[in-house]
Amino acid sequence: MPEIKVTPLGAGQDVGRSCILVSIGGKNIMLDCGMHMGYNDDRRFPDFSYITQNGRLTEFLDCVIISHFHLDHCGALPFMSEMVGYDGPIYMTHPTKAICPILLEDFRKITVDKKGETNFFTSQMIKDCMKKVVPLNLHQTVQVDDELEIKAYYAGHVLGAAMVQIKVGSESVVYTGDYNMTPDRHLGAAWIDKCRPDVLISESTYATTIRDSKRCRERDFLKKVHESIERGGKVLIPVFALGRAQELCILLETFWERMNLKAPIYFSTGLTEKANHYYKLFITWTNQKIRKTFVQRNMFEFKHIKAFDRSYADNPGPMVVFATPGMLHAGQSLQIFKKWAGHEKNMVIMPGYCVQGTIGHKILNGQRKLELEGRSTLEVKLQVEYMSFSAHADAKGIMQLIRMAEPRNVLLVHGEAVKMEFLKGKIEQEFSIDCHMPANGETATVQTNPSVPVDISLNLLKREMALGGPLPDPKRPRTMHGTLIMKDNSLKLVSSEQALKDLGLNEHQLRFTCRVQLQDQSPEQETLSRVYTHLRSVLKGFSVQLLPDGTVMVESILIKVSSSPEDPDSKTLLLSWSYQDEDLGSFLSSLLKKGLPAALC
Amino acid sequence: MKLYCLSGHPTLPCNVLKFKSTTIMLDCGLDTTSVLNFLPLPLVHSPRLSKLPGWVSKDGSANLEKELKECAGRVFVDSQPEFCLPERELLDLSTIDVILISNYHCMMALPYITEHTGFTGTVYATEPTLTIGRLFMEELVNFMERVPKAQSATCWKNKEMQRMLPGPLKDVVDVWAWKRSYSIQEVNSALSKVQLVGYSQKVELFGAVQVSPLSSGYSLGSSNWIIQSHHEKVSYVSGSSLLTTHPQPMDQSSLKNSDVLILTGLTQMPTANPDGMLGEFCSNLAMTIRAGGNVLVPCYSSGVIYDLLECLYQFIDSANLGTTPFYFISPVANSSLEFSQIFAEWLCHNKQSKVYLPEPPFPHAELIQTNKLKHYPSIHGDFSSEFRQPCVVFTGHPSLRFGDVVHFMELWGKSSINTIIFTEPDFSYLDALAPYQPLAMKCVYCPIDTRLNFHQVSKLLKEVQPLHVVCPEQYTQPPLTQSHRSDLMLELQPPPMPYRRCSVLNLPHRRRYERVYILPELANSLVPSEIKPGVSLATVSAVLHSKDNKHTLQSVPKPPPVAPSKKRKRVLEEPPAVLAPKTLLSGAVPLEAFLATLQKHGFTEVKVEETADGHILHLQAEDTLIQLEEDGTHIVCDNNEPLRTTLRDLVLRFLQKL
Repeated sequence: MPEIKVTPLGAGQDVGRSCILVSIGGKNIMLDCGMHMGYNDDRRFPDFSYITQNGRLTEFLDCVIISHFHLDHCGALPFMSEMVGYDGPIYMTHPTKAICPILLEDFRKITVDKKGETNFFTSQMIKDCMKKVVPLNLHQTVQVDDELEIKAYYAGHVLGAAMVQIKVGSESVVYTGDYNMTPDRHLGAAWIDKCRPDVLISESTYATTIRDSKRCRERDFLKKVHESIERGGKVLIPVFALGRAQELCILLETFWERMNLKAPIYFSTGLTEKANHYYKLFITWTNQKIRKTFVQRNMFEFKHIKAFDRSYADNPGPMVVFATPGMLHAGQSLQIFKKWAGHEKNMVIMPGYCVQGTIGHKILNGQRKLELEGRSTLEVKLQVEYMSFSAHADAKGIMQLIRMAEPRNVLLVHGEAVKMEFLKGKIEQEFSIDCHMPANGETATVQTNPSVPVDISLNLLKREMALGGPLPDPKRPRTMHGTLIMKDNSLKLVSSEQALKDLGLNEHQLRFTCRVQLQDQSPEQETLSRVYTHLRSVLKGFSVQLLPDGTVMVESILIKVSSSPEDPDSKTLLLSWSYQDEDLGSFLSSLLKKGLPAALC
Repeated sequence: MKLYCLSGHPTLPCNVLKFKSTTIMLDCGLDTTSVLNFLPLPLVHSPRLSKLPGWVSKDGSANLEKELKECAGRVFVDSQPEFCLPERELLDLSTIDVILISNYHCMMALPYITEHTGFTGTVYATEPTLTIGRLFMEELVNFMERVPKAQSATCWKNKEMQRMLPGPLKDVVDVWAWKRSYSIQEVNSALSKVQLVGYSQKVELFGAVQVSPLSSGYSLGSSNWIIQSHHEKVSYVSGSSLLTTHPQPMDQSSLKNSDVLILTGLTQMPTANPDGMLGEFCSNLAMTIRAGGNVLVPCYSSGVIYDLLECLYQFIDSANLGTTPFYFISPVANSSLEFSQIFAEWLCHNKQSKVYLPEPPFPHAELIQTNKLKHYPSIHGDFSSEFRQPCVVFTGHPSLRFGDVVHFMELWGKSSINTIIFTEPDFSYLDALAPYQPLAMKCVYCPIDTRLNFHQVSKLLKEVQPLHVVCPEQYTQPPLTQSHRSDLMLELQPPPMPYRRCSVLNLPHRRRYERVYILPELANSLVPSEIKPGVSLATVSAVLHSKDNKHTLQSVPKPPPVAPSKKRKRVLEEPPAVLAPKTLLSGAVPLEAFLATLQKHGFTEVKVEETADGHILHLQAEDTLIQLEEDGTHIVCDNNEPLRTTLRDLVLRFLQKL
């Protein structure tokens, strides 16, 4: 029985280093190739030795698909393609293709130039890796080879994020990447058609959360920022350069304009301007409203938000700073955090998910004393606020997507095991389908049951449809008969007659003739008509004819009567039928053997 | 499979394909050449136009001086311009299921088709096609509505009247089907029926056919279409280009193995080389400016203009035109320039890679930034105060009958230092200029048509090998003006099937197979047997389900077990169902092997007798005859069912069931 195998190398019961292997119809596909934010050692990357112990991956993978540009989904790509070795196609959308190398370069700089690590991928490797990328357009069906096709759907989440459908024959898998089911200020909501995949591999970051309305969250956020500014505090918002940053910028920009606020808003990295440029050029990937109005007013040209300089952090007075990275694990956001952490007036707002091991994760869990490198400790006095602005689907959204796609199985990744367990129960209960949640290195196997596509001759089909109507009548099932010809990988279903003709075969007639002895005194002619009357009364719905040449014909079965000259009372009935009338012939011979009903004598 | 041809214009097609219970309209082109018969619509009062004499027939019997005006020996209709619509009587337009649009030039008749005809289907187009198509429609409506004309001339359309008119008005056909422009409400309503598609996206129509747009290389988002089922493939080729301009290159290989290829939208200028024309355009432009004159370029607001601007971007400095102002005037100029920059996915590779930097894909962004190119919605407002001469003006409409271009014709036409350069191939420049005669301004004609020429198309067809080609009749003979150029027509084997307006073609294709799906349970129960090397057979008995044009075969449900009741005995005596399996047999029963088998099953006394066609076997103990022949076996026995069935099964061992 055909099966689909799914093995997460990363993101199995975990968030980070997403990398999922799918085996379907003899094809092997790698979905995402990310890094883990919480580790600095080997565990940072997926364990590719699972695929092969010795060397290059090219011959083991048919293609690699990257869902979006976040590093936990593409951070290991140059390592995989250039250092482990993979030369096959890598698919991603245009915006991802544009932005991903910049984030990779940024990641490389932090790791190599700042932390001084060696044995890491180089700038050249990033370039070489990107040369293997084939851009994907939304809804375009890309034929990877003759059998494997992939199709991208809009996923929301960040600019260029996509869900992908992978299809081999009639088997299919959908991988959601990260997605968002509610449109926000700059992106639309994820959408997929009722494609009924065998397996839906869904992220489950917010498996247990049901978020309140977005409007409330936004009002809350603005209120907190506003209050802090009013009392002269500084607000730090750690973000990743692309994604939520733009969403929150739009939010603050419109608020500042409406309230006529004067406190400065800064954006920390040099990336921003470039980032906003990408948003302008890829405006077709944003939401309806922005696309419609961009000719008059481009939402990504901010009036109130200015570039940040390191020295500004010590400026007196209130300010709002967006700084990268988003989990406070390194870089500028961490530096500013250290500076501002000691004052109660200040505030840090964590707008997204933080993986275990990061400072962001620690302070969100209420830790007030942090150990820093070099044994110093940092006392956290500033206000810590968490506000889920990350554009992941919540439990409601995940259920909504399942309802949209109608999968036969669900497989959860990119979430914490405990939360997954809860969602798994809910999915199995509500949809009565299997839900899997393999850990890293564990394989989930799903049996598929594909139908076999066959070419039916139009003559046969039309004849059948004319006779039986489009839908079978449950009370009177009509059976269709044909011959399936299997030749050179083609399957053709034709009528038996045509099969004989097409294959140049002779037809073999098999006939039976049975002699039935009958005692009847009447003349032959009369016996015949009694047989006729008898059969007429028994066989309702059959064609029974008395032919002028002295034969009774039931459908195509012939019955003749003869009597021997020695004994005129003993009659012999001769029944003759072909193999095709076997059932009826057999029935008639046993029926007549019982003699003719006496009542008719 | 049938094709209804609703337009006779080869580059503005409108055909309807009936294929497997679906009715598909291919493009919705609006023939605008009819506007050449009308007087231009000036933006500001033109004393010259208003003083034109009315037309009265020579003998004075026909007087249409209110409707027709004479200018330089030609007669024009003084009314709001009208367009020649696709034929609407050939078939009931409300039966159309979908409309497939190939590019923004070929959708201008959409509101006439989707509104007021009972159309309830869906229109499919790519995002750039919809966006720019909308701009074109908005521009057209704007051009018409800002200079409303009270009068609508109809008397001249009267058959009796029309016969007396001078040419070309006398010869135009179907004048009653000509219509004025639509309203913006109709545009919005029509475009709300558009569903966006991406290249190579497979769209299922009612489960019966699949349609898919392919990149055609002609304009932003332009596409050819594949319409196919599992066994038939129709390709629809419209406006395609193999030249390297801004759009994504043409996808040729997907057109392979078509049963029918419908070919429209070839170049209208088969003898003009686009590159040469571009060079001529630049040199004439520079010459005029250097001589202190102005240059007028009547053009559409999207398409070739992007290439012209790109060409000028490289040319300006080398030609010392750095200080010359370039103006682009159209109600949609700004939108067109902005939108061109955001469709990276639909652009050629070079432009795509610019976006990754990130830089705008078209250099006109820089021209705007450096103030070399300025755009205005119309000649009114800012333009009138900022306007400097000598300058270059790009503006529409290329027919010179409406739009801001009319104003510049009146303004610059009198002076021979000015030049008008025609780049759009849709209108004859002599006809376009006719109502402005006498004209002092210099005229340069360098039509740039990047669509396939005859040489390219015959190479393409050789490559993709369609079984049949359908094309407008114009392509099956050389152009009228160049009747000796047999290279300017399609020569194919078998010859292409020509169509004209109102043709109904029966496309030569017979469907023989349909796709059906055998459900796994049934598939597992099939027992194939090899009948020849590489050929296996299996008999299939199944129940057919057909739903949404999808067919599946299921196992025959087992009859429910008969409830043990008093009637049981009767049930056994029921005759079998009328429609029992009709299995055919094939093969032959070999004598020796069959005798051996009989022996093995206890029939020992067998007498064999040779006959003309085979043998007769007499089983003496059972008093049974078996007649064995090449193509038949006949078992004659007394009424002994067990014996008969045993013999039957022994015979069947040697035969193949079908």
